[in-house]
Amino acid sequence: MAAHLKKRVYEEFTKVVQQQQEEIATKKLRLTKPSKSAALHIDLCKATSPADALQYLLQFARKPVEAESVEGVVRILLEHYYKENDPSVRLKIASLLGLLSKTTGFSPDCIMDDAINILQNEKSHQVLAQLLDTLLAIGTKLPENQAIQMRLVDVACKHLTDTSHGVRNKCLQLLGNLGSLEKSVTKDAEGLATRDVQKIIGDYFSDQDPRVRTAAIKAMLQLHERGLKLHQTIYNQACKLLSDDYEQVRSAAVQLIWVVSQLYPESIVPIPSSNEEIRLVDDAFGKICHMVSDGSWVVRVQAAKLLGSMEQVSSHFLEQTLDKKLMSDLRRKRTAHERAKELYSSGEFSSGRKWGDDAPKEEVDTGAVNLIESGACGAFVHGLEDEMYEVRIAAVEALCMLAQSSPSFAEKCLDFLVDMFNDEIEEVRLQSIHTMRKISNNITLREDQLDTVLAVLEDSSRDIREALHELLCCTNVSTKEGIHLALVELLKNLTKYPTDRDSIWKCLKFLGSRHPTLVLPLVPELLSTHPFFDTAEPDMDDPAYIAVLVLIFNAAKTCPTMPALFSDHTFRHYAYLRDSLSHLVPALRLPGRKLVSSAVSPSIISQEDPSQQFLQQSLERVYSLQHLDPQGAQELLEFTIRDLQRLGELQSELAGVADFSATYLRCQLLLIKALQEKLWNVAAPLYLKQSDLASAAAKQIMEETYKMEFMYSGVENKQVVIIHHMRLQAKALQLIVTARTTRGLDPLFGMCEKFLQEVDFFQRYFITDLPHLQDSFVDKLLDLMPRLMTSKPAEVVKILQTMLRQSAFLHLPLPEQIHKASATIIEPAGESDNPLRFTSGLVVALDVDATLEHVQDPQNTVKVQVCQVLYPDGQAQMIHPKPADFRNPGPGRHRLITQVYLSHTAWTEPCQVEVRLLLSYNSSARIPKCPWMEGGEVSPQVETSIEGTIPFSKPVKVYIMPKPARR
Amino acid sequence: MPEIRVTPLGAGQDVGRSCILVSIAGKNVMLDCGMHMGFNDDRRFPDFSYITQNGRLTDFLDCVIISHFHLDHCGALPYFSEMVGYDGPIYMTHPTQAICPILLEDYRKIAVDKKGEANFFTSQMIKDCMKKVVAVHLHQTVQVDDELEIKAYYAGHVLGAAMFQIKVGSESVVYTGDYNMTPDRHLGAAWIDKCRPNLLITESTYATTIRDSKRCRERDFLKKVHETVERGGKVLIPVFALGRAQELCILLETFWERMNLKVPIYFSTGLTEKANHYYKLFIPWTNQKIRKTFVQRNMFEFKHIKAFDRAFADNPGPMVVFATPGMLHAGQSLQIFRKWAGNEKNMVIMPGYCVQGTVGHKILSGQRKLEMEGRQVLEVKMQVEYMSFSAHADAKGIMQLVGQAEPESVLLVHGEAKKMEFLKQKIEQELRVSCYMPANGETVTLPTSLSIPVGISLGLLKREMAQGLLPEAKKPRLLHGTLIMKDSNFRLVSSEQALKELGLAEHQLRFTCRVHLHDTRKEQETALRVYSHLKSILKDHYVQHLPDGSVTVESILIQATAPSEDPGTKVLLVSWTYQDEELGSFLTSLLKKGLPQAPS
Repeated sequence: MAAHLKKRVYEEFTKVVQQQQEEIATKKLRLTKPSKSAALHIDLCKATSPADALQYLLQFARKPVEAESVEGVVRILLEHYYKENDPSVRLKIASLLGLLSKTTGFSPDCIMDDAINILQNEKSHQVLAQLLDTLLAIGTKLPENQAIQMRLVDVACKHLTDTSHGVRNKCLQLLGNLGSLEKSVTKDAEGLATRDVQKIIGDYFSDQDPRVRTAAIKAMLQLHERGLKLHQTIYNQACKLLSDDYEQVRSAAVQLIWVVSQLYPESIVPIPSSNEEIRLVDDAFGKICHMVSDGSWVVRVQAAKLLGSMEQVSSHFLEQTLDKKLMSDLRRKRTAHERAKELYSSGEFSSGRKWGDDAPKEEVDTGAVNLIESGACGAFVHGLEDEMYEVRIAAVEALCMLAQSSPSFAEKCLDFLVDMFNDEIEEVRLQSIHTMRKISNNITLREDQLDTVLAVLEDSSRDIREALHELLCCTNVSTKEGIHLALVELLKNLTKYPTDRDSIWKCLKFLGSRHPTLVLPLVPELLSTHPFFDTAEPDMDDPAYIAVLVLIFNAAKTCPTMPALFSDHTFRHYAYLRDSLSHLVPALRLPGRKLVSSAVSPSIISQEDPSQQFLQQSLERVYSLQHLDPQGAQELLEFTIRDLQRLGELQSELAGVADFSATYLRCQLLLIKALQEKLWNVAAPLYLKQSDLASAAAKQIMEETYKMEFMYSGVENKQVVIIHHMRLQAKALQLIVTARTTRGLDPLFGMCEKFLQEVDFFQRYFITDLPHLQDSFVDKLLDLMPRLMTSKPAEVVKILQTMLRQSAFLHLPLPEQIHKASATIIEPAGESDNPLRFTSGLVVALDVDATLEHVQDPQNTVKVQVCQVLYPDGQAQMIHPKPADFRNPGPGRHRLITQVYLSHTAWTEPCQVEVRLLLSYNSSARIPKCPWMEGGEVSPQVETSIEGTIPFSKPVKVYIMPKPARR
Repeated sequence: MPEIRVTPLGAGQDVGRSCILVSIAGKNVMLDCGMHMGFNDDRRFPDFSYITQNGRLTDFLDCVIISHFHLDHCGALPYFSEMVGYDGPIYMTHPTQAICPILLEDYRKIAVDKKGEANFFTSQMIKDCMKKVVAVHLHQTVQVDDELEIKAYYAGHVLGAAMFQIKVGSESVVYTGDYNMTPDRHLGAAWIDKCRPNLLITESTYATTIRDSKRCRERDFLKKVHETVERGGKVLIPVFALGRAQELCILLETFWERMNLKVPIYFSTGLTEKANHYYKLFIPWTNQKIRKTFVQRNMFEFKHIKAFDRAFADNPGPMVVFATPGMLHAGQSLQIFRKWAGNEKNMVIMPGYCVQGTVGHKILSGQRKLEMEGRQVLEVKMQVEYMSFSAHADAKGIMQLVGQAEPESVLLVHGEAKKMEFLKQKIEQELRVSCYMPANGETVTLPTSLSIPVGISLGLLKREMAQGLLPEAKKPRLLHGTLIMKDSNFRLVSSEQALKELGLAEHQLRFTCRVHLHDTRKEQETALRVYSHLKSILKDHYVQHLPDGSVTVESILIQATAPSEDPGTKVLLVSWTYQDEELGSFLTSLLKKGLPQAPS
């Protein structure tokens, strides 16, 4: 028994040992990092079956390969390729070759010969296709080498006759990507005749396989994209493909026709079955229009999209797209749109009450009616009525683009756009409202159209309503009834959805200032003034009344006769509103009243250039900083910062620049102040207390630099360097301060090393910008780098200290466009006295509505808006809003509408919580990551990234009251 | 010559009583089996005696296909199958199968209970008839028997409406039934692939109409309803239970939802409730919007639309009521109409066509004083509106469908003769497709080209394909092979394969030809001269000089011999196999011209 046990022990023991050995072996491999190729070679040799080999290859593919070892790996792979019998393994090897040849810093021309070689002996179609793909990767990697390109094109041509569609596809792709049309380049590639790639590809338009046909068209498009000019002869070929049986072929053919029509818009093509001729672009337009009623919705979307970008088309073709030539019982019928227009112009409002109101009138000549092929006829009518909303959206977009370029078309398409306001899909409605806004410069709404537009104001979707308000802001209305109607509907909207208040006021502001003469006759009615009797004074807090006043005051701005119609209380209300809602109520020149602001307003407008100048001057003044004594420098900086801040407040356009530079100067100021501290002059151990200021300064500089880097949109690389430089100085300062105040060397070692690492990083990432940083801190630092690396921390600190003092102040080049990110929380307003009650332990949803300005892709992880909720007990909660909560109403603006869930344990009385928006950043985001394999694991250098948040909105207080749960 | 014969028993140059007989490759199919609304005598059903005078219909018809549940397409079905007698399969889609019996039952009730007709089909007959139904899915190919197959395509129009492709061998016919090419609020647009049938039988209700955008109509409708309820008025919408009613419901429901309205909408119960139930079930048959959103909410589960109770009609305040029947000739809609007619704030909207003589027709034509039964006079003060919501394809839509399917010829049914004439002309002119429009009982015979399928072995195909270098889809190409006809099927195989299969040995056929050459030199030299001559001419052939003195071009052998009698001439022996005929004859003619003079 004992012997047996002993034996087992031994057995187990030996087992363990074996395993350890194995582990050690693998570890060794990894530690010494033998070349990848060797490891791969061993693996592949070990593989006994194709499945095994495939597994090894798959594993291998997950890890990146350095540029130096690529060639070795490729050799190994090729060697195995020759030996391998299993096509799937060969396929994987071929795909790996392709991936490897994409590695940056590796020139794949050395493996091209091998690749072409193995291509010739390959039998499997799939592997062939993959090899051609590899060749494509190689070819795209070496765009300048003509000889190689020619050779590859040759190879592709040879394989074009392959029976497998996959191989032919790849060949065509290769031709499309590498083929050239010019015949002049033959000289440097002896023996290889240039081929007319376009002709070869064109031949495959009639291949028997639809996939190959598609690939051929795509290859042709690729040629176009590479800037080669396609021949016009292709047009006819492409037109034939429009009636192909397969949707992907048709879809690609539509694209090709579009391309050709953009290349040769003015050439003349004959109309078949008649001897007339039309412009090519018109013909193409007609053909694409015809595709809008194709059987496949993919093609329809494609066609509708492309229609929008055909701006050269002649106007009568364009207008046909909206004309369907109605008839009923062979008699010409007018469309509802025409009828509405007629009723309107005859002064009668649409009755629509009689049966047969739309009865057809004139007889149609049966011979003249053309049911199909009437070119562009009704393309948009069909597109807008399509079953798939994708097609409808594409059609609306196309309408928008065409209408922007042609005012007469804009006028005509109005009716159709207005109809789209009633679409069943909200996206489509929204899109059509936006479209209308975009073309609103070209159009004036008729009353009946306005009526339909305004009906949408009752929509329950907030997005729709707000889009509509925006639309109304820039609409032209033709009559005073129209204005009245709009006002009435907006007020109705206001009572139904009180939350729309701000948006409606803003809308009325623009409506008023655009149509002063139309508002004028309405004023007595709107203010309900009476020539003889005094009427009751309306309630000043009524949002509806404010809305009316906003409309009137804005109209009065350019209509001096209007104030005469105001009653006394109106003037009082004006004064009140001018103060409380100054962004909505303009300054008016009122009779009997001295207007202070009127003197200011013109000066602001005319002063744009001088203020720019002022900014420049004050910044230039600062550059002389170097020559001043510390005291003077400080004063100068303080003055300049003050000036800049004031300027930013006055001039909204310059606010971004002014703030940005002021922040930078403040950093400099802090640095100078910190360096002026007395602590530097006295022996180290005594200054525990005073160092507070210096370390606080360092910390603040760091914060400010993060703000500069992430809170401003439009910051360019030049600025980022300077910002990082400033941060580096702050870090140096921090290091010095800690060195002074802490005893013992241990922590210092770590810090020093870290700092030097940072310097190293700085050097690596901004290597191209280093020449601009002459005489600066970093410049000097890098000179001394070798010395610093070897010296002790105490010495490092000493060097740093002197360098900080000596280093020059760097100029901050101003970016073209810079805007500070800002956010305003609209909702919750924070004024409510009624606490939000909820049962403790459960959650309550708080609606948050905020506008964000100049925030770059807020959804993105680079900069996430975070809602922070700060409870009275100091507990803070971060909420990441969903990407869908962000809307983008205009360039540079975002709107966050989200719900924040609050919860807390019971309180005895209501208390306030703070809600604010934060901008979170990640410092590694700006640093380029090394790309190798898309499929591989993501492994950016996380060590250097610093994540943090910057508050960028005023906190709003919300009154809440968690109640204990009732049992 | 094979042919397709088509005989409309109903719906030929007429609307209503759709029933079309199609004979295709020896198979007889009946398309639809409808009744005529306009007649109450024998003419309301198709004349089935046309098919056979004596003997059972089952022996003459291979199958019956019903396109959708409207009575003018399926109303005669129980009569046909139970009273005349047919036991074969009846094909229809699932929704049609579900809703059809409800409508038939309703129709039976009105005919028997209200009008007191005898000799009408009974409820049991409807049930028995429905037992013969085979339901099909969209795009499912159903094998009726070994040769006949049918396939359903989406047609819009009403829930479950389908177009059918009937196919025997390589011949095929597509029957559209009723269809709609523009989508509406609850159904999508008809769609068919490029099936290239020999014949497309299409409806042509709106052959001479090109319709306006449907959005205007919808907007008008919504605006009118909205204005009336805002004024505090009541809106009455008389509808038939199925089809348009659901569309209008969806339209109002979504509008109410969007505009946040609270005014009640009622739907008179009965038939409709049952029908709505089926609409809820057959979501895949509806349009994109409903299909995409039904996971969150089934659009047919109306939030705002509630069942109507007789007592509600007297409730104060605004409301919207859908009531049957659609022409205001009887029933609930008429009752409500009488109650509300006196108030000018109210409104009645007629969403469809009204037959002459009905109250609906009277008020639409502007009559303001109506005589009701019992000599009462009803003064109509309420507003009367007409809104046309129709779900047939218009002329453009028909052309579009014809364009999509690419048929060889078109046959028009289900429309008025005069209108058909116009469309026929247009189709022939613009699509260059022959077009027919037979009247009832008239037979159209369509010759079809006979195509015989021949199987080809993959090896042969690939081999032959590899020889052709450039793809030329349209050009005919020469192919070498052996056609084997065996058990009435045809196969094309390579000759080796054919020999193997037939158990035959290969026979070598060799041609030999002598060419006399005037040459005084020795045989070997002559052969050498021939070799160099051929080598210089036939550059892309493989020419070889064998050690035994003979020359080969590919597999053609050339030997030079010297006949003993005349040393001045040499005889060239050229020998080739049958396969190399072309090259061989070329060589002989070449050699006959003689060799070029050697540079001596």
